[in-house]
Amino acid sequence: MPLTIEEVRHIAHLARLKLTPEEEGRYRQQLSAILDHAARLAEVDTASIPPTATVLPLQAPLRADEPRPGLPLSLILANAAASEDGMFRIPPVFEGEA
Amino acid sequence: MPHPTDLSLLEAASALRDGQLSSRDLTQACLERIDRLDSQLHAFLALTPELALSQADAADGRLAEWRRDPASPLPITWGIPIAIKDVLCLEGVPTTAGSRILEGFRPPYTATSVGRLVSAGAVILGKTNTDEFAMGSSTENSAYGPTRNPWDLARVPGGSSGGSAAAVSARLCFAALGTDTGGSIRQPASFCGISGLKPTYGRVSRYGLIAFGSSLDTVGVLARSAADVVPLFTVIAGHDPLDSTSTPDPLPEVRLDEADLHGLRVGVPQEYFIEGIQPDVERAVRAAIEVFRSLGAEVISLHLPHTDLALPVYYLIAPAEASANLARYDAVRFGPRRSESSLTEQYLETRGQLFGNEVKRRIMLGTYALSAGYYDAYYAQAQKVRTLIKADFDTAFQAVDLIACPVAPTTAFAIGAHGDDPLSMYLEDVFTLPANLAGVPGIAFPVGFDSHRLPVGLQLNAPRLEEPRLLQACHAFQQATGWHKEQPPL
Repeated sequence: MPLTIEEVRHIAHLARLKLTPEEEGRYRQQLSAILDHAARLAEVDTASIPPTATVLPLQAPLRADEPRPGLPLSLILANAAASEDGMFRIPPVFEGEA
Repeated sequence: MPHPTDLSLLEAASALRDGQLSSRDLTQACLERIDRLDSQLHAFLALTPELALSQADAADGRLAEWRRDPASPLPITWGIPIAIKDVLCLEGVPTTAGSRILEGFRPPYTATSVGRLVSAGAVILGKTNTDEFAMGSSTENSAYGPTRNPWDLARVPGGSSGGSAAAVSARLCFAALGTDTGGSIRQPASFCGISGLKPTYGRVSRYGLIAFGSSLDTVGVLARSAADVVPLFTVIAGHDPLDSTSTPDPLPEVRLDEADLHGLRVGVPQEYFIEGIQPDVERAVRAAIEVFRSLGAEVISLHLPHTDLALPVYYLIAPAEASANLARYDAVRFGPRRSESSLTEQYLETRGQLFGNEVKRRIMLGTYALSAGYYDAYYAQAQKVRTLIKADFDTAFQAVDLIACPVAPTTAFAIGAHGDDPLSMYLEDVFTLPANLAGVPGIAFPVGFDSHRLPVGLQLNAPRLEEPRLLQACHAFQQATGWHKEQPPL
């Protein structure tokens, strides 16, 4: 069952990806083909099969909650596109939002 | 004495200890060879010659001390030039994961695996090319251009650790770190005619590794033989308090001198000899299995019945995990920024413009598989079928000690061969994905050539935490054969 162009746009928006019309068309076709291939999973009877989220036998290991020094602020900010007063600077969050 | 770059890692380590060569000699020889060949190969994204030479000089100082007191412990890696796949952070050195979205990023800290090697005296030559965020099987998805296969420059080196594989194969370095989420160490090792170890999930810390699929990602080693893999693997393996998924089990000493195949049960899964496998690949793989038999192993045919489901399971689970992991690329804390008209526009424009095709495709696929209304049908169902794939291995390892199979259906393909057909590219991973889904270790190593004289690899898999058994079996094979000594025509 091929994806619709609206579904492609919806997924792209959820993933915060701006796509060109050409990309929307191409991903629609390619993602549909990949999902078609994955459709065979539905034929497997998994009613009594638990999911595997991790192959590890570990159960959420605990460690002592001890304070320790973090990285210096200047080093953390050095990679940011913009910073000000020891903080990351970003465009307005609410202005211009629908 | 042969040219320094023609030495194996172990021979180079021995020459350093004898004082026949210095680490500076080795490092300069590698840098000169990189200077001469890497314009053709494009194995490296960044070179760190100043860092390497200062590390080499420091290593030479320690080696001189060691020669006065040879009883003091000194890791084999001391003074050995290596390369690091560009998804592992090294403080202050540009780290891009092959993506424009991390252009200019200089990590404020070092990955545990890399840091352990630096502490063990290794010399870091630079960062190697990779498919963007390690998503690919050819290194063609690097935003900085493809790496070329040293055996045939018109072909891919495999991927995603294609830069590391090409660099080791072309003898630009003595070994390299790679990562393997769905085959990204084993398949390029196979395509480039070298040995590549994908450890058990959790055996090596992922701290400082740029995350792709967090339940699948592993850090491992590419080198020219199993014997050359061991020194790096021994250094990087083991628990790390900074990675809560790293296993507390210590790595036992890997005793290659005890490699003995007599009585070892080697299983051959029938599902891996499918229609579409290149005849030269099947021939070389079957011949290699006969070598194991002639060395005393018992070869047993077996079934991994859910093998054909590994591809759809992987291509739902890995993209789902990737879509979550790559949400952090928002142009706030790192990376270039596109558009500042609003925060939403900043996200949309930056991610839309700076992620490459394959990365956007997988983020979309993963977002879809996790989205309301589709979660149960795709992601949850894939996790359940993953249980069946893992159970296939658990059952098989009750009857055999190792599994032997092809690494990939074909040898190295031509650059551009898969065009813009993602599904046909995904099929390249069909034999390597199951080990990641099951979390078991695997090793790939050369066992012959096809009719174009391109390397063919064999894959061995072992139960969780049994890397020593894999390395011993590979070493026994390499003691009896010479495929790993073949060199590309450069």
